[in-house]
Amino acid sequence: MNRTRAFLGMLIAIPLIWLFARGMGRDPRDLGPSPLAGREAPGFKLAVFAPGQETLARPAGDTVRLESLKGQVVVLNFWASWCLACRDEHEILSEVARLYVGKPVHFLGVLYNDDAASGNKWIAEMGGQSYPSVLDPGARTAIDYGLYGVPETFFLDANGRVAFKNTGPVTATVLHRVVDSLIAAAAAK
Amino acid sequence: MRVRSVFAAPSLALTLALSLAVAMPRALVAQQAPAAPRDTLVVTPEGLRADAPTKATDPALEARTSAVASGLRCPVCQGLSIQDSPSELAQQMRSLVRDQLAAGKTDEEVRAYFISKYGEWILLEPKASGFNLLVYALPVLLVVGGLGFIITLVRRWTVAPALSDASDASDASDASDASDASDGSDASDRDAADGDENSTT
Repeated sequence: MNRTRAFLGMLIAIPLIWLFARGMGRDPRDLGPSPLAGREAPGFKLAVFAPGQETLARPAGDTVRLESLKGQVVVLNFWASWCLACRDEHEILSEVARLYVGKPVHFLGVLYNDDAASGNKWIAEMGGQSYPSVLDPGARTAIDYGLYGVPETFFLDANGRVAFKNTGPVTATVLHRVVDSLIAAAAAK
Repeated sequence: MRVRSVFAAPSLALTLALSLAVAMPRALVAQQAPAAPRDTLVVTPEGLRADAPTKATDPALEARTSAVASGLRCPVCQGLSIQDSPSELAQQMRSLVRDQLAAGKTDEEVRAYFISKYGEWILLEPKASGFNLLVYALPVLLVVGGLGFIITLVRRWTVAPALSDASDASDASDASDASDASDGSDASDRDAADGDENSTT
């Protein structure tokens, strides 16, 4: 009888302990892949407020449509001047974007819950930004991309699909690895 | 001795199971906490006045907006809906809910839009299907099981000591003297008497 009780008790306790242990073992920062992964990237039509530099420059006030970038790999970086972590990745993004000049890659910054004046001031303080940034009024594009916070970087393939999402400051390694593989995939077609 | 046997393995396991069950739904939800950096929790002055009415309000639309917004999780908060959160993103999401409803979308279509962007995580209450059913079923099962357990214990404690001694002896088989047999017969006699009493009242 005691054995039966012990067995029944274990029958209840073991699955619960397993479930609990499984939950504890997961990284709470890991949300898993974005539901957008592999799907067509949400379209947008946003106005440039920070023009970028040299060959990557686009005049302020210009409208960037995602459809017009089809056939290119797009690196979409959501950032804000009030975001501390964005400082960590700013120089890396700017440098890597320069390295890909002449290749079918388009870098674009999207300002998140911030105003153009603060954005431009921040860019000047940080020593400039090689690629243009656009405004996202009402964070509609950010919500369309399922943004949790900044910085977040979305990599869109040449077919306009979301290939990869990086949460937090992006590193040069990730940028090179993802962009190179997407360029190679586009060239292979 | 009797008390010890009552509180043996099953009660220990049930206590453990109950405490785990209380912790589990929270763990299931908490493990999906957003990876948002801390600085997204900064609420800007614009965010604080997002409650200010910006459009001519239609009470029916507002009611639907709050109903839908109450079920959607704020991505930059801890366990708050976009209806309750003062954060800028939550207010922007709420205004998007209002716009989509005003544009003729149904409540379900608006929820589906947010699920397509953030995954089911965006729903404050997980859908009662598949694995999620555990979250709904387990507490009910445990309450029912716990009640049954308590009723069994109370019954055991309230019956005559002779009976419980006898059942204890047969349960645990830790008493092997000859008096067992007579105890047992006594117990069954009392049991029968009890039954008679019950039937007459």
